[in-house]
Amino acid sequence: MEVKRLCAALLLSGTVAGCATSGGNPADPLERINRPIFAFNDATDRWLFTPVAKGYRFVLPGFVRTGISNFFSNLDDVWVSVNDVLQGKFQGGLEDFTRVIFNTTFGIGGLFDFASPVGLAKHNEDFGQTLGAWGVASGPYVVIPFLGPSTFRDGFGLIFDYNADLVYWATDSVPVRNSLYATRALSNRAKLLDATSLLEQAALDRYAFVRDAWLQRRRNLVYDGNPPRERDDESDDEPTSK
Amino acid sequence: MTMNTALGFFLAFLASLAQAETVPPDVLVKMITDDVAAAIRKDADIRAGDTRKAADLIEAKIVPHFNFTRMARIAMARNWRSATPEQQKEIAAQFKTLLIRTYSTALTNYRDQEIDYKPLRSKPDDTEVTVKSDVKPTGATQPVSIDYELEKTDNGWKIYDVKVDGVSLVTTYRDTFATEVREHGIDGLIKALAAKNREPLSPKAGKS
Repeated sequence: MEVKRLCAALLLSGTVAGCATSGGNPADPLERINRPIFAFNDATDRWLFTPVAKGYRFVLPGFVRTGISNFFSNLDDVWVSVNDVLQGKFQGGLEDFTRVIFNTTFGIGGLFDFASPVGLAKHNEDFGQTLGAWGVASGPYVVIPFLGPSTFRDGFGLIFDYNADLVYWATDSVPVRNSLYATRALSNRAKLLDATSLLEQAALDRYAFVRDAWLQRRRNLVYDGNPPRERDDESDDEPTSK
Repeated sequence: MTMNTALGFFLAFLASLAQAETVPPDVLVKMITDDVAAAIRKDADIRAGDTRKAADLIEAKIVPHFNFTRMARIAMARNWRSATPEQQKEIAAQFKTLLIRTYSTALTNYRDQEIDYKPLRSKPDDTEVTVKSDVKPTGATQPVSIDYELEKTDNGWKIYDVKVDGVSLVTTYRDTFATEVREHGIDGLIKALAAKNREPLSPKAGKS
């Protein structure tokens, strides 16, 4: 519910502030608004989420963390397979659905991932990607408070993702549901601890680096790993003689 | 020690031998990754977070197979041509240092991973190819794709970009570089890179 309102507010504020351009990447006309939100997210992450995620990683043994991660991943696979089908990828949909059946039964409610070792690899799909596959352009880049990088399209997709989330439907008890949300967020954050230390090292400007990496990754996901070469890729780097 | 040294020489000999007849790009990539993985497996210091040793490893085994000038050129896009040859050289050198430093931290986090190389799709006379691979860290459900872009040169195939899940090691820097050049000029960019490279390397995540 909150996310929904948040997205609506963002879309609205986006259109209002649409003219507030500032240099940088043409995909990011809202940089002036995005930067402070990024700084806020970054600080929250550094002082709150990272320490908590480190604690989580320290306290729980690896196999427990894997079990938790598998459990949520299995719930997610249901929505993944729906999105496969929405994008016309019936083979993928069948695979992901088979994963759910397999892992829910043999994998004891999804705690174990038996499907991956037998060749049913997990796919990465969500409604933002489905919109992308339908030809919806990503629109301006936005940084959502607490959630991080997104675009108009993907932020809109999140509303569907949120409503289709099995955790949302699993229980009427708000405290239980919120604990599940929190555990999932923690599990996801803990998996990325090494990646953040890499980011620290790599980026001259963390904001721009995260934005550009994120946009490239989303584009790659929409094209399932085979994005067409952007004309931009090669046009500017070669000396004219070549 | 002597055993290792002897083995090292032997491998180097093999590599030079292979170099002479131009190793096919996919074989080259596999050779490099196997070689580096084996070196990390043998080196407890690197696994414990010794970034200096990791950087040495990168310098010895990975750097010779990369074309940093081309990488810098791609990252600089249209600003490359407005840089003087000295500036270009300096940018390529600083960019190289930045990448080595970045990945020396990453190497210390490396654990055994299953790598699955996709069949190479190229014609014999191609001078640019993409070698695709899927890497599966132990325990992960979803493989990460790592694609290497290579170009044919007189000294064999050279890598000029690596894409992790579609995110390019090189073009991700484009906007940062362009903004820096617009605001502070090319020398400003060189200064910013040099300053970044002087920062102490942060210790390995999870340890302090």
